[in-house]
Amino acid sequence: MKMVKNAVGRMVPTEINGEKVVPFMGIGKYRPTGKTHAPTISTAIDFPADGDKRIPSLKEALIRSGLKDDMVISTHHHLRNGDLVANQIFDIAAELGVKNLVWVPSASFPCHKDIIKHLESGVVHHIEGSMNGPLGKFTSEGKMKGTAVLRSHGGRYQAIQDGEIQIDIAVLAAPTADPFGNGHGLDGPSACGGLGYALADYRYAEKVIVVTDNLIKFPCIPMQIEGNFVDYVVEMDKIGIPELIVSGTTQITKSPDRLLIAELTAKFCDAAGLIKDGFSFQMGAGGTSLAIGIYFHQMLKERQIKARFAVGGSTQYSTKMLEDGCLEYMLDGQTFDLEAVRSMRENRLQHPDISIFHAYDYHAKGNFTTMMDVMILGATEVDVNFNGNVVTHSDGYMLHGIGGWQNCLFAKCTILPVPLFRNRIPIICDEVTTLVGPGELVDVIVTERGIAINPKRQDLIDKVKDSGLPLKTIQELKEEAERICGKPQKPELGDKVVAAIKWVDGTVIDVVREVKT
Amino acid sequence: MTLITKEHKVKTAYAGQHERADRSDCMITLSLKKSGGFDITVNSKVKLLFEKAIRETITNVMTAFSIEHAKVIIDDNGAPDYVITARLEACIKQLVDTNICYLPEMLKQNITGTKKERMRRSRLYLPGNTPKLSLNAGLHGGDAIILDLEDSVAPDRKDEARILVRNSLRAVDFYGAERMVRINQGERGLKDLDAVIPQHANLILLPKCETAKQLLKVDKRIYDLRKEYKIEHEVWIMPIIESALGVINAFDIAGASMNVVALAIGLEDYTADIGVPRTPEGKESFFARSMLVNAAKANGIQAIDSVFSDVSDMDALYENVLESKSLGFDGMGCIHPRQIKVIHDAFAPTEKEIEKAQKIVDAFKEAEKKGLGVVSVGSKMIDPPVVKRALRIMELASKQDR
Repeated sequence: MKMVKNAVGRMVPTEINGEKVVPFMGIGKYRPTGKTHAPTISTAIDFPADGDKRIPSLKEALIRSGLKDDMVISTHHHLRNGDLVANQIFDIAAELGVKNLVWVPSASFPCHKDIIKHLESGVVHHIEGSMNGPLGKFTSEGKMKGTAVLRSHGGRYQAIQDGEIQIDIAVLAAPTADPFGNGHGLDGPSACGGLGYALADYRYAEKVIVVTDNLIKFPCIPMQIEGNFVDYVVEMDKIGIPELIVSGTTQITKSPDRLLIAELTAKFCDAAGLIKDGFSFQMGAGGTSLAIGIYFHQMLKERQIKARFAVGGSTQYSTKMLEDGCLEYMLDGQTFDLEAVRSMRENRLQHPDISIFHAYDYHAKGNFTTMMDVMILGATEVDVNFNGNVVTHSDGYMLHGIGGWQNCLFAKCTILPVPLFRNRIPIICDEVTTLVGPGELVDVIVTERGIAINPKRQDLIDKVKDSGLPLKTIQELKEEAERICGKPQKPELGDKVVAAIKWVDGTVIDVVREVKT
Repeated sequence: MTLITKEHKVKTAYAGQHERADRSDCMITLSLKKSGGFDITVNSKVKLLFEKAIRETITNVMTAFSIEHAKVIIDDNGAPDYVITARLEACIKQLVDTNICYLPEMLKQNITGTKKERMRRSRLYLPGNTPKLSLNAGLHGGDAIILDLEDSVAPDRKDEARILVRNSLRAVDFYGAERMVRINQGERGLKDLDAVIPQHANLILLPKCETAKQLLKVDKRIYDLRKEYKIEHEVWIMPIIESALGVINAFDIAGASMNVVALAIGLEDYTADIGVPRTPEGKESFFARSMLVNAAKANGIQAIDSVFSDVSDMDALYENVLESKSLGFDGMGCIHPRQIKVIHDAFAPTEKEIEKAQKIVDAFKEAEKKGLGVVSVGSKMIDPPVVKRALRIMELASKQDR
């Protein structure tokens, strides 16, 4: 495999799974030309005039869709760890003797560990998506036939739209659907809220199969999946396990150390003048992020001001903010708990579902991330140049997907609240194991032992320098981590590239190498 | 040096913990051998990153104790170096008679003393044998941390906890919190002092103190150790009164030594001693608490209230502190970091108090400048104790952000 050094100094291949790829050239440097991908033109005469596209089983729908060797199969991850659909596709493929499929999920979860047997037997050649937990371990140990490709949520949309990934069959679970193929996630036993990750799949795939366990009469409103793009509808007993799809309630962290990080983050945002009437923010559903949200909520309430909009994962806490009048719009990409699902159902105008295309797509006429004032993200590692890693741990194991992380880096102020070390492993290090995001886009690191601001953001430094907050250089933070933990040895990694990490524009920013066991 | 093996049945020694929840700790199993060098097994969550370092640490400790042949198993959950060395030393001392101590590097911020008058509004209890709680303890802004060797340590773990606390006093940065140690009662407590006084502990908490004589025994041992180890800063003592006898003797205890800076009260044991349950209203301990406050103030030292044990109820804690404050207490124990801020907030002077105190302090400074013996605000004369209280209020107000 020919390797070249890319713009962030990482050695990356020029070809992955037999296809030519472009090494990362720098932020905003790669500008593709040409047209976006498009599926074959369909004619309404080929579809039932009564709008009933039902097929008795997923197996039959897959056969009718022409399932065969080397095809690209996509799924979305709105059913999260409760997904009962994706595994079935590959069980059926195995039964039919189909080989060398490529699976393109918008994310994978521990429940997808059953795909491992299909990777071992050759039914699935490789995965392009996220590899969490068991699949990540399997891939890290060099056991996948092909090379995995990891993309951000926005990067997945971009790759499908640009034709880098050409989906043959999209199998889309819909918690509620009609026989025409319209679907949404607001109701039904497997309700999950929005279905925004499925947009690229149904727009650009050759064949689209909608799978539901809650079939209703036409029309299914809202049409989060539009039936005019759908070939077949399959009814099934159960598409998901409700308690694994959304948590009953998401919970803020109880750890005093995490709460301290959350408090420092909120104080930093305040000192930097970011919390003002009409501001916008995005944060995840992790315990620390939720605690930051609560601090924001308190400040807004006390000062009787409002945030204009929030993007991203919705929870009971964002719902409270919305219904309290402290937040005007919750633009929802992923709905994390039952309260948020209820809110999406009841507050249609203020709490709409949005797609990844709206929020993150880099090859579009703008997207939402660059407009956001405050962005709260996590990381497994950050180095002294502010480069961030979210996919591998310091021991080389790839255990997480990128999610929207890379896309979100483009916000006006990107803050990474992270502990200085986890279980003796420093989070702030000399050089990240895998470079997923360039440091020039990371503005602030908040740890329990101090806050480091990227020297490129002199404006932020000026704003908070007299705030009394514990400001440190990133070098000082790194040294403190090493004083407490000791300096870890470098893990031994093999030469084999097990995964490529794509940047938001489709170029290759880094690779993951095999872990020697 | 020859190795003197202990003449008893223990052939294999254990120290530390390695359950999933025991982050930052490890369990070491050690047995000595006659030949064959070291046989070290490393089971660790961070093996890929720290195996070499762990092996090197173990070898260094063994060498320091002149051990050449041994089988060592470490089940590690991300323990920092000072924990691994403490656990291994604890194992070695079960098998070998030795006075050697394997000490981690001393942080320069850990050799400083503290002032007698220092504020002691909050002090966070840390179980002495649980390293994961002490690593970040100083970050939460408490006036003090307490490394506890007494009730939070199981009786069969007292020896290993003493070694761990000794190492913690050297290697852990407590970010400016006063470094307190609660020792055991009696002879064991004196042994605790031998371990912690040379490591610059700032203050010793003496539990279940009932007589001035008990206190003087501890005071004397601290004096001897300071001399032996050339500890130049003072080491303060805070006796904890936890019995009816202790309450009656509180005045004598408080005045027994210049090194006593505060009296603390322990209400769980006290209520048990007088034979009544502890109630939220605290009527049963009103006398004891008032007695303690008066005994302390009569000797010009601080009075510190018991801990509030419901860590989930911050509103009740706040009310509790307001009551303590009204009785004359200057501080309170904490068993959870999130209690610290609530305690500080409740002890904080109100805006009205600050405004009044500021006027008095200004007048006092003005009088000093002019060389006047009498301080007055408007037409009102201000007595010296009122000035003193005003100064104290301003000091409290200035520390609110910590």
